[in-house]
Amino acid sequence: MSHADFPNIDMVSNQACLLTFSHVISEATSNYIAQVTQNLKNLAGIVDLVPSYTTLLVVFDDDHYDRFAIFKAIRQTIEAIDPNNVSLIDSREVVIPVYYGQEVGPDMEDVAKHCQLSMEEIIKRHSETVYRAYAIGFTPGFAFLGNTPDELHVPRKTTPRLKVPIGSVAIAENQTAVYPSVTPGGWQIIGRTPINLIDWGSKNLALIAMGDSVRFESISRDEFLVQGGQLDGF
Amino acid sequence: MAFKVIKPGLLALVQDLGRHGHQSIGLTTGGPMDEVAFRWGNALLDNDPNSAQIEITFGMFTLEAQANTSIAVTGADLGATLNDKSIPPWQTYAIKKGDILAFHQPVWGLRAYLAVKGGFLCEPTLGSVATVMREKIGGLTSKGDKLKKGDSLSYHTSHDHQQRAVPRLAIPNYGNKEIPVILGYQYQSFSSLERANFFSSDYTVSSNSDRMGYRLEGKAVHTELKGIISEGIAYGAIQIPKDGQPIVLLRDRQTIGGYPKMGCVTRVGGGILAQQKPGDIIQFTPITVDQAEQERHLQMARLAQWR
Repeated sequence: MSHADFPNIDMVSNQACLLTFSHVISEATSNYIAQVTQNLKNLAGIVDLVPSYTTLLVVFDDDHYDRFAIFKAIRQTIEAIDPNNVSLIDSREVVIPVYYGQEVGPDMEDVAKHCQLSMEEIIKRHSETVYRAYAIGFTPGFAFLGNTPDELHVPRKTTPRLKVPIGSVAIAENQTAVYPSVTPGGWQIIGRTPINLIDWGSKNLALIAMGDSVRFESISRDEFLVQGGQLDGF
Repeated sequence: MAFKVIKPGLLALVQDLGRHGHQSIGLTTGGPMDEVAFRWGNALLDNDPNSAQIEITFGMFTLEAQANTSIAVTGADLGATLNDKSIPPWQTYAIKKGDILAFHQPVWGLRAYLAVKGGFLCEPTLGSVATVMREKIGGLTSKGDKLKKGDSLSYHTSHDHQQRAVPRLAIPNYGNKEIPVILGYQYQSFSSLERANFFSSDYTVSSNSDRMGYRLEGKAVHTELKGIISEGIAYGAIQIPKDGQPIVLLRDRQTIGGYPKMGCVTRVGGGILAQQKPGDIIQFTPITVDQAEQERHLQMARLAQWR
């Protein structure tokens, strides 16, 4: 059956349940999950929501709410959504400027070699694709963006870096992402953005939310510096 | 008024019940590793359940009081002293200006909670003061720092001390090393032999254990499941990575992950686990969601009754 199936609800603990919408990753499933997440946000008794590729983890307040009443409310909320016609009012289009220079993208040469493409072609393909944020995690604001074009599929690095600089733009397998903070990381780094992906003082906190559309825009070294980009970190 | 940090110890963190509602952007909750101990600290002082406390790991932590107040000490027995006089945990103590409060080293357990009348005064970030060092959020500086020498832990001066202790029956049985596990929906992907191994083996707490997760070493557990599509990780989830050595994910856990899960430890069980030191031995015991719910409601009812 298609993505239109009503999700399976499994108990995870006495304060959490997992809704499984599908066993395959697709944009339709992702839209459906984003919509359900939006609609459950204001339901009484819901403490936290963790949407991902094909699932949504719902954490509820089991000290003040009966879990069966919570399930019923979840079911009713989902039943009110037509999975084939989701509006996604909160979903945004995000453009991320990237300086693809080798001084901030140390894996560019390896990637070009592996993909048998020139660096210009890598940049072109990476920045002409519109990606979808399938999941946020690993670190706050880290968005798993898919899918990269087939020609850009590369394995992760055999030895992950202990410190990936803030703003690094990287690819691995069929995904791309920006590192919002300094963390260890095994993805292949091809550039860097000067903009912040996470800001605890801003309204949305994270620049990219699950379900958003994301595009990269190639900028020059000068533009990168003008926008506050830092060249150090490696 | 405030406590001045004389010795910061290994790891002392400001915590409340956690920062909830932001896991969709990948922000973990933080919060007390031993929630039952934390809740009793605030209950003993008639504080709001979410009032900020200090979670002291291991000890070597010394404070000097600059004004009168009442404190409650719960959780592990870290050999605490008040002006060099031994003070056992799970009760309140009157504090006078100039008093020296010290947590030395574990007599049993690993994490003690220090609550103060009215709670420690701290600026919340996203609705919580819970410190998550990895995410650089919460705590005294709002930047996720652990407490350091010279820090000032503010509180409102209080002169009306009440001598109170937690009823013996309400203190979790920390001697019981059987950690309850709610069987998960992926439980079926482990063969009956693997499940039997998991629930009948001793597991040793690895030195690679922290607020994010407790790594255990013992009989490896295997599953047919190669890996799963990354999904949200609930508190207490027991991940089984490729090497088969279980990892119990706790307060500072990452929000999503792709390893198969055996089940979830309960909050009471997670609290008992969090009091274990590297080298300590535990076992897992299966329970149902209903049993977990009863255990939780009993804990909360005891707290409610007290208030």
